[in-house]
Amino acid sequence: MTCLETIQAYGLRSIGIGERLLPKSDFTLCDQFTLIGSGLIWNVYFGFISLVIGFFLATGVALAKNADSPFIRKPAELFVFVFRGSPLFIQFFLAYELFVLLPKVGIDINLGFTEITAETRWLTRAWLGAVIVLILNTTAYTGEIFYGALRSVPMGDIEAADAYGLTGWPRFKRIVWPTMLRLAWPAYTNEAIFLFHATALVYFSGFPAWRQKGDALYYANYFADKTFNPFIPYPILAFYFILVVLGIIGLFGVINRRLNRHLPQERQKKLKIRPQIIR
Amino acid sequence: MFSYCSDPSSLQGLSWLSCYLTTGKHMLFYGSFGTVIALLLVTAPVALLFGFGGATAARSHIVPLRWFGKGYTAIARGIPDIAFFLFFVIALDQAFEWMRHKVKCPDWEEPVRQGNDFVVCKIAKLPLSSSAQWVHEAYGFSLAVLTFSIVFGAFAAIVLYGAMQAVPRAQIETAESYGMTRRQTFWRIIVPQMWIFALPGLSNLWMILIKATPLLFLLGVEDIVYWARELGGLKTSIYSYPHPDWRLWYFLGLLVFYLGLTRVSEIILGRLTARLSRGQATIAGNNQRKAAS
Repeated sequence: MTCLETIQAYGLRSIGIGERLLPKSDFTLCDQFTLIGSGLIWNVYFGFISLVIGFFLATGVALAKNADSPFIRKPAELFVFVFRGSPLFIQFFLAYELFVLLPKVGIDINLGFTEITAETRWLTRAWLGAVIVLILNTTAYTGEIFYGALRSVPMGDIEAADAYGLTGWPRFKRIVWPTMLRLAWPAYTNEAIFLFHATALVYFSGFPAWRQKGDALYYANYFADKTFNPFIPYPILAFYFILVVLGIIGLFGVINRRLNRHLPQERQKKLKIRPQIIR
Repeated sequence: MFSYCSDPSSLQGLSWLSCYLTTGKHMLFYGSFGTVIALLLVTAPVALLFGFGGATAARSHIVPLRWFGKGYTAIARGIPDIAFFLFFVIALDQAFEWMRHKVKCPDWEEPVRQGNDFVVCKIAKLPLSSSAQWVHEAYGFSLAVLTFSIVFGAFAAIVLYGAMQAVPRAQIETAESYGMTRRQTFWRIIVPQMWIFALPGLSNLWMILIKATPLLFLLGVEDIVYWARELGGLKTSIYSYPHPDWRLWYFLGLLVFYLGLTRVSEIILGRLTARLSRGQATIAGNNQRKAAS
């Protein structure tokens, strides 16, 4: 098979398009590059969905943690403690076991006037179940980052908003929220990288790879197991991950510049990238 | 364990539970919590040592050594940790066997890599195929410790490098004006003072290390995750203690264990920070001084 044919056969293998059987022997470099790259689709999918949804939920968690009423504050604090204080690995296992126990056929929810059936069978699949765990996890971590930023919004900004007669929602939307994001952005960039690394855990923790449709690490591990040679597939995986991380840094850098564009040049904060690894 | 446990099928309620929770396999499960703690206690100092070496190398004036130090800290940044764990365990294992192979069987003709197989001579195998079960387990565990130490050493190196840079310049200038050499300045001025600057980073690293311990399971060590899956799974009536799928409860137990570990660490590290801030020219140290007077 030429390399072009390999790409046609396996380029979209991880989402079930193309050749069904994985290569069994005589792996070429092209095979490994194509399949591991195909698995990367899943990592990007997990990372993207959970970042986008987690971003909005985290704003809510940060506000709840900052609330005066203990009935709102305490649950938010507990949520953040549970998800930041325990390994993501255990969270995946726990969520999977929980989803498996749910009835297969779906749960009937009686809303009084009508009855709907909640589909539960998709929850045991990685594309939904793992995404839910990742969303909750990133919400907790990002919520803590946003909370810290919310606490350090300068008092002068709030007073200026009051002087202009801004209150409630308009004040939050136009003054507090943008400042909070600006302050939190460098830490949030790290969180995004960190979350993207965490997507590699999905298929190693309970969630099975259905019909061998796995993520990049799943295929890298497949090759390492078959060839007993870790020195080719894992560096390929590392290469892909570094590419995506560079992409994230670029994208977040553009947003960072936009958030800081009203500040004088020397006060603009440059992004300092110090990714952590494990959660 | 208890005398009434001899016939499990006749037991009911609490007595059944007390017998169930004290079977031999459960004892191994409880023991594996010790494995996790042991891993933490062994890895933390070793990783700190690796990190210290890495940070010192990254500051070195000798160019190859500096490159090594910089490279070591750089590898940890772009790549998911789990890929490291999967990579290092096989790579280290093969490296050790290859070295033993070179020493013990110098007249071996065939190549080590034959297609998809990694072949070394029999007496170079690690551990020897004739050795006892516990040797195999100990070897697996020490490989895991080494892997954890290498990966976390890289992060500790980043933290310690930053801490060494954070020691106030005036302190170093004073040392120079006393005529201390570079080596003396390093050991007498920088190293004793850097810890307070390193502590926030190191405590963060400790938290991350705690949360990384379930990855032991992926390295093939029989740790708490392994036992939770093993014991919690569905047990049909051919077992002495049949029960439905209880893995959810076992994992809830693990969750509580980890939350407890995190909480205790938070409290201890908070106290340690207060202790190390004493007499330091930082805001925390200044506040302590004011409170005392």
